[in-house]
Amino acid sequence: MTRHLRVDGPNHDDRLDHMAQGILGQPLNRLEGPLKVTGLAAYAAEARPMNMVYGVLVQASVPAGKVLEVGDAPGALAVIHDKRMVRYAAQGMDQKGPTSGPDQIEYMGQAIALVVAESFETARHAAQNIAVRYKTASVPVEPEAVKPELPPKKQSAAGNVDKAMQDAAVTVDRVWQTPSHMSAAMEPHAAIAEWDGDHVTIRAALQMLSSNRKQMADALGIKEQNLRLLSPYVGGGFGSKLGINAEAVAAAIAAKKLGRPVMVAMTRQQVFDLAHRRSETRQRIRLACDSDGRLTGIGHEVLVSNLPSSEFVEPVAQATPFTYQAAHRQVVHAVARIHRGCAGSVRAPGEAVGVTVFECAMDELAEATGIDPVELRLRNIPDVEPTTDRPFSSHKLAEALREGARLFGWSNRKPAGQRVEGEWMIGMGMAAAVRVNMLVESRARVTLNQDGHAIVETDMTDIGTGTYTILGQLAAEMLGLPMERVEVRLGDTNFPPASGSGGSFGAASSGNSVYLACEEIRSQIARAMSCDEVDLTLQDGMARAGNVARPLSDLIDGQISGEGHLQPGKTEKSHRQATWGSHWAEVAVNRWTGEVRVRRMMGVFACGRVLNEKTARSQCLGGMTFGIGIALTEAMEHDPRDGHAVSRDLAEYHIPTHADVPALEVHFLPERDAYVGPLQAKGLGELGICGAGAAVLNAVHNACGVRVRQLPATPDKIVAGLED
Amino acid sequence: MREFTYQRAASIADLSPDATIIAGGTNLLDLMKLEVMAPPVLVDITHLDLGGVEPEGEGLRIGALVRNSDLAAHPVIRRDYPVLSRALLAGASGQLRNMATTGGNLMQRTRCPYFYDRRMACNKRDPGAGCAAIGGVTRNHAILGASDHCIATYPGDMAVALRALDAVVEIDGPAPRKVPLSDFHLLPGNTPHVETVLEPGEIITAVILPAPPGGQHRYRKVRDRASYAFALVSVAAVIGTEDGRISHAALAFGGVAAKPWRDPDVEALLKGSEPSDALFREAAEILLRPARGWGEHQFKIPLLRRALIATLRDATGMETAA
Ligand SMILES: Cc1cc2nc3c(=O)[nH]c(=O)nc-3n(C[C@H](O)[C@H](O)[C@H](O)COP(=O)(O)OP(=O)(O)OC[C@H]3O[C@@H](n4cnc5c(N)ncnc54)[C@H](O)[C@@H]3O)c2cc1C
Ligand code: SF4
Repeated sequence: MTRHLRVDGPNHDDRLDHMAQGILGQPLNRLEGPLKVTGLAAYAAEARPMNMVYGVLVQASVPAGKVLEVGDAPGALAVIHDKRMVRYAAQGMDQKGPTSGPDQIEYMGQAIALVVAESFETARHAAQNIAVRYKTASVPVEPEAVKPELPPKKQSAAGNVDKAMQDAAVTVDRVWQTPSHMSAAMEPHAAIAEWDGDHVTIRAALQMLSSNRKQMADALGIKEQNLRLLSPYVGGGFGSKLGINAEAVAAAIAAKKLGRPVMVAMTRQQVFDLAHRRSETRQRIRLACDSDGRLTGIGHEVLVSNLPSSEFVEPVAQATPFTYQAAHRQVVHAVARIHRGCAGSVRAPGEAVGVTVFECAMDELAEATGIDPVELRLRNIPDVEPTTDRPFSSHKLAEALREGARLFGWSNRKPAGQRVEGEWMIGMGMAAAVRVNMLVESRARVTLNQDGHAIVETDMTDIGTGTYTILGQLAAEMLGLPMERVEVRLGDTNFPPASGSGGSFGAASSGNSVYLACEEIRSQIARAMSCDEVDLTLQDGMARAGNVARPLSDLIDGQISGEGHLQPGKTEKSHRQATWGSHWAEVAVNRWTGEVRVRRMMGVFACGRVLNEKTARSQCLGGMTFGIGIALTEAMEHDPRDGHAVSRDLAEYHIPTHADVPALEVHFLPERDAYVGPLQAKGLGELGICGAGAAVLNAVHNACGVRVRQLPATPDKIVAGLED
Repeated sequence: MREFTYQRAASIADLSPDATIIAGGTNLLDLMKLEVMAPPVLVDITHLDLGGVEPEGEGLRIGALVRNSDLAAHPVIRRDYPVLSRALLAGASGQLRNMATTGGNLMQRTRCPYFYDRRMACNKRDPGAGCAAIGGVTRNHAILGASDHCIATYPGDMAVALRALDAVVEIDGPAPRKVPLSDFHLLPGNTPHVETVLEPGEIITAVILPAPPGGQHRYRKVRDRASYAFALVSVAAVIGTEDGRISHAALAFGGVAAKPWRDPDVEALLKGSEPSDALFREAAEILLRPARGWGEHQFKIPLLRRALIATLRDATGMETAA
């Protein structure tokens, strides 16, 4: 039986708080942790089916044009040059395969063919040296080189910001720039495809199996039922594995042609060429306020880029319409069609760079008005969503600001440039954190066996986030079982289709489906106990109702199972759903060399119910670390002439190292959001990023008086603003 | 990677002129995977007796196979040549330093991204092809001693300290010889593919340090993140002071040229003078007189200036860096 729920209204009954097992929310270690640290968790490229051969992608060495001829590859088994091969990755939740036809080159490094050989080294050598004839074309690769498009759905305005700026007591009008960012997940993209008649099984590194299956079936021209995807363990995604990419499609095509299993693993350089980048952004922010710091005008004009054939537009100003109040407002998203690698979702698309830059602008406004940055934000929090007048499903920004200020010792902050220790100038900064919340349709099946073991099955993925653990905790809580009696099976399209991992919606979406499946099982147990489900208490394998207590094994004949099916509903529209928080940083800036060292950093977050304090905290630590990266170190450089990715390995693309990251402090505000399903839990993974970099940059300014508006704030840019 | 023949050298006499040496492999292997280097014959020298740090005269002889980690931790190095220990620890990561050798570190190739990318024209990889870096992304390129044929830097840290210490490179081969480190790396001119004086068939057997110079030792490396990044600019300094005046000054600079840079005029100015901001500014002025950038990396000019001033202030006790 399937228990279905569309989230059309609030859910105030806090049922999970009244379960008896007491395991949900506990800071449990990740269930698959031991498998990972002992190497037993097999990632995509770690299977070795009999007879397997290796494929390596051939990449275009020109930025645009047509492939006229692909030469031979001596020593290789085959050169696969097939119309179905894709030019770039699918976007998250696409229902179709990405653009195929590799002969049309859209960017330098695009996959155009696959060389297959008995060994990886042979294939790589052949792929690197194969002769390709091109008809080349000259194309723009710099966002400023073209007249941008203005997609109608990405613009919004109310009132007149120009006028608000003229009339204001205080204004800020500045331009910021952020570079392309890469997900840079540890596990490179890889796939192994194996056919059995018309059926193909592909082990791959993917985040969202149910939509990936549709994309892949479409790309290959086969029926969905004939395709099984397996991604039991994924070594990080950060957006880069939301959609299928060239390696998995090529592996499937090659495996069919050769009649042997084929592995295609990208090299690190290929990951940087072929995975989506976050578009670079140019953001003009205009703020107008009265002398009390009350905002009257907000303008956020954004220029991003993408390939001409890709629809994705980095939603930079996504949170701008509802974060602060102002009568006059304008959001512009312009897109430059240029030939750098395809842009797509990378770690909190939109807010990661949009909130970060906006919160830097708010700091400038605080300075200009002379109002404390925390107070300035508090004065501008809206009661309902501006422009739509929708209520918020919950609103915790004010509390996160006040609580953060107290915990961080904000009152000890000094005016800019006044704390000096030897060569180091010390400063504090803060920023608001905000991220839209999403719920995505999701299904799960839970089976309870007579021996008191439960099995959770869904094609949900665990990309290192802790999904195995939280879904296990949920089932254990709902069914009254100790953790060791719950087994969680993920990452297989033979299981019910889930939301997948992306946009921070995975835990809540798939969690709700497990919750519903467990409710269904509870109803069946209640029937056996002749009681109402709400009167049933399940704990340690016992069912209790009134005076009756019976072991579950007495109540189950063989096994019982239930499916849960969650769908987002009316609350998506009726309420503005978001997660909230605040970021705090103390940095030291070297007055000679402009090097920045983050000394301490803290985040306060409200994300509804916390399902596991440890995995939740880890998500925030990762997000805050990426915030440091956005502020100080990360930049994908593109060659100005052909747009190619220049920083193509982890030595040159600078993710923060341990030495860049101090001990990070994370606090959660207790919250139950009634409008996001019975779990009352919201997304969290990305919230830790949104605004974190602004706290660092604002602290840099407080330390040394320098504003860097062209991110990242590397030593050269800071030094440019420092005195001798 | 291209197929190659692997040999394990049993003695130095085994080395043939057409064999390429592999030591720790931390640089060579990456280059081979990308086929930027494609040696047909690899000779593994890690079984030769080239380890060990031994006294030599008043100084030290460091075997070519001494690992970077071991050298950085060596008690005599830490006591008498701390600038070297600090430079080593500022380089790469713990894992890489455990593999990297003294000889390999001196011979490491540039980090110019266009050199690593075979789609791009590069005079160093392919003499006469042109230089794609000029007009491209030049964050880690040279401001001193470069040419229109190549603006790449020697990226290492260890050699910068060695240069300040007046180290000598011991070379074996058909005609064993000793070459001061100052003469070991070559500026690009119009032959950027020739990076050192080492000839085919020759091998670095050791690096020799003269007597400990005393004084204050500093290694300051400015980089884009706190660890595991190559230098934007670096300064190795050995500074002695007597009676309020600078009695000894050895300064070498990394990340700015195809070799660890040193300028006798800078040191002559400092020697015998009283430390002061005005003096340090003048020193920086002299150092950077010949500097020029070809692009974005022009920022290295003010950055090096500031790094030098800060290092001198620190080493002469005007300000503590910590
Ligand atoms: C990600 C990364 C980051 C790094 N960061 C830094 C850094 O910040 N600072 C820094 O200084 N270095 C850095 N390095 C470079 C590292 O220090 C060098 O790769 C290492 O020192 C090379 O030593 P090896 O023994 O591994 O040399 P190999 O890779 O074995 O050889 C390198 C070259 O030296 C030649 N060679 C080796 N031994 C001899 C010998 N005895 N005689 C003659 N020729 C010889 C080889 O033929 C080859 O051409 C980094 C490297 C990597 C991969
Ligand atoms: S700077 Fe030198 S190494 Fe770099 S591309 Fe030019 S010639 Fe090659």
